[in-house]
Amino acid sequence: MSADKIQVKVTRIVDVAPKIKEFTLVGVNRTLPEFSPGSHVMVEMQGQEKTYRNAYSLLNDALDSSEYRIAVRLQDESRGGSVYMHQSVKEGDVLSVTPPMNLFAPLWHAKKHLIFAGGVGITPFMSYIPEFLRQGVNCELHYMFRGLQTGAYQEVLQQELKTTLFIYDADKEQRCDIKEVLKCQPLGTHVYICGPEKLVEGVEQAAIELGIPLSVIHSEAFAAPKPGTPFKVEIKSTGQVVQVGEQDTMLEALETAGLAIPNLCRAGVCGQCSCAVEQGDLDHRDNYLSDSEKSLGAMVMPCVSRANSERIILDI
Amino acid sequence: MRVAPKPVQSFRDDFTYSNSDEAIERFPFPFVEDEYRYSVNIESHTPKGGTDSIYEHFIDIDEHYLSEMAERAIVLEENPRRCLSMGHMALAGWDFLERMMVSLSTDYPQYFSLRRDKDQWHWENTLLDIQQDFVFGDESTLPMSPLDYMGRQVQGDFALLDQRDNDLFMDAGMITCPADWSLAFDAGMSFSEWHGPVPMAHSAGIFDRALKYLTAIPIGSPARRLNWTLTVNARMDTSPEKYPDWGHERTTVTAENVAQKVYLRVELQIMDRMPRSNALLFVIRTYLISLEDIATNPEWAKRMHRAMKTLPQPLIDYKGLTRYHHLVVDYLAQFDR
Ligand code: HEM
Ligand code: FES
Repeated sequence: MSADKIQVKVTRIVDVAPKIKEFTLVGVNRTLPEFSPGSHVMVEMQGQEKTYRNAYSLLNDALDSSEYRIAVRLQDESRGGSVYMHQSVKEGDVLSVTPPMNLFAPLWHAKKHLIFAGGVGITPFMSYIPEFLRQGVNCELHYMFRGLQTGAYQEVLQQELKTTLFIYDADKEQRCDIKEVLKCQPLGTHVYICGPEKLVEGVEQAAIELGIPLSVIHSEAFAAPKPGTPFKVEIKSTGQVVQVGEQDTMLEALETAGLAIPNLCRAGVCGQCSCAVEQGDLDHRDNYLSDSEKSLGAMVMPCVSRANSERIILDI
Repeated sequence: MRVAPKPVQSFRDDFTYSNSDEAIERFPFPFVEDEYRYSVNIESHTPKGGTDSIYEHFIDIDEHYLSEMAERAIVLEENPRRCLSMGHMALAGWDFLERMMVSLSTDYPQYFSLRRDKDQWHWENTLLDIQQDFVFGDESTLPMSPLDYMGRQVQGDFALLDQRDNDLFMDAGMITCPADWSLAFDAGMSFSEWHGPVPMAHSAGIFDRALKYLTAIPIGSPARRLNWTLTVNARMDTSPEKYPDWGHERTTVTAENVAQKVYLRVELQIMDRMPRSNALLFVIRTYLISLEDIATNPEWAKRMHRAMKTLPQPLIDYKGLTRYHHLVVDYLAQFDR
């Protein structure tokens, strides 16, 4: 399922921490879709050599979708996208984004929301807090960062949360005792974590030790865009060879080459597009085939799956 | 030209419901193969079939509009609990109202219109003679909750699913014409819980795959699927709540009346992400057609004969066809020689 992309213009870029820049985006000749607290968009950046796709949380209050604001941390081990955003993107540039997706919505029936944010991991919570305040529901934020690199939005958060904001700057030797925090929470509290893997594990570990069920602990998992390397598909019956590019799905490439493959969902769940495989190392990405069918490698779902080898042969 | 809504016909008592030739022609016939089996038959809900197809617009408004709205009013009058919403679904109710008002006024400007000035909205429904000024987001400016208000003006049943922890929960809805299930009973249940009674599909992994697809539906990319069952008489409200009214009707089918009495009931189900609340909207748009009307299309009658004849026994029982299934097969056999 490929959602239509939205062209957006960068109207403002500001530094919100030593290594974090905030970008404000508005729709080009269109209004932006509404979104819900916790949503992210996938930003597509057309670099010189390749296209980058990164997921960024929307920072603004979801009541106002006239613009989208995102924050980008310059990553040390450069994955390209954040470097591009920091160094190449200028005010007035046009980027494209997907419609908002939400895989990290707060649980609205919770009695209290307890948040642990690490560094740029504060971003998904920026849209939670105004809504919690409107609903008058209890919310407590523990915000950990290195002040020399991150720690954005402390003032806004201070104004919003007042006594329920707790700040820990590791560069000033301030530490959060996670277990102590978890210990004194009322029944019906839900816990949200976004930050480095270490933080997520730390909270989960403390919860296990305290006997808190993991079903009330939630952490953000971006649907990472799965890049693919190009490969070739040979059609056994005709010998035709079809090139599958980095951006296309195998199904799209086969269709472009004039081959009609039955299909329905185009998302790896219905099983309609199933093709017999003669030969090749497959990268199965569907939810249709069972694990054993996948390891057998006799079938492939070209709407989502790809090849690990340079060339595969389909028996169609 | 699309058929305009007809004067009110009944889905109960004297059952005056009927399909015009045009309605028969555009009926969503569900059998795509000679054997019917459960599958993850989901596709993108994009227009198909051209002008007047039931897939032309997001919501299909057809000749039965006034009849279905009158039937819904009776059901809600009898039992207001056919429309439910848990506290945390209030925003989803506004999402629903917006989605419906915007799509209806765009797709059917001759019947519906919407004017918006920031929060100040003006809605007109000329078919039901409704005009309403209200403040979007402020329930006190509507005569009832947004789900209740708008649900009474759109054909189809509606469930609003809250999405949390990669699962869906039936936390709100307006269900007045269900195929033997109850919103009040299913309220608060998860996707696999409310699908509990369905035979064969769980072990085939169908619900696991369907749920993965549904939780990943993004804003602006609705999906659809067809489901079907059979109903005795053109009765919309076959709910467990009203079982005493209709359960016994299954024993009234005979070889003489089967063609007029048995209806194929097809649900066009639409799944759409609600932007403000992240809820998933599930629309069940129900179409009824008598076997007699199906027989006007020889291809359909032949195909349906094969699908009925090979229907697995667990499906026959689950769909409630056990008592009269053989009469349906016998009747349709004449079209498959
Ligand atoms: C969130 C969206 C959905 C809702 C609210 C929903 C709801 C229901 C309900 C209430 C029933 C009746 C169960 C009973 O007997 O009590 C049902 C049946 C069923 N559902 Fe779903 N459903 C949804 C999506 C799907 C999807 C995507 C599939 C895809 C395969 C599916 C497949 C089925 C099947 C096969 C049955 C049995 C129907 C029959 O044989 O008549 N459902 N569903
Ligand atoms: S089209 Fe549905 S699995 Fe490929």
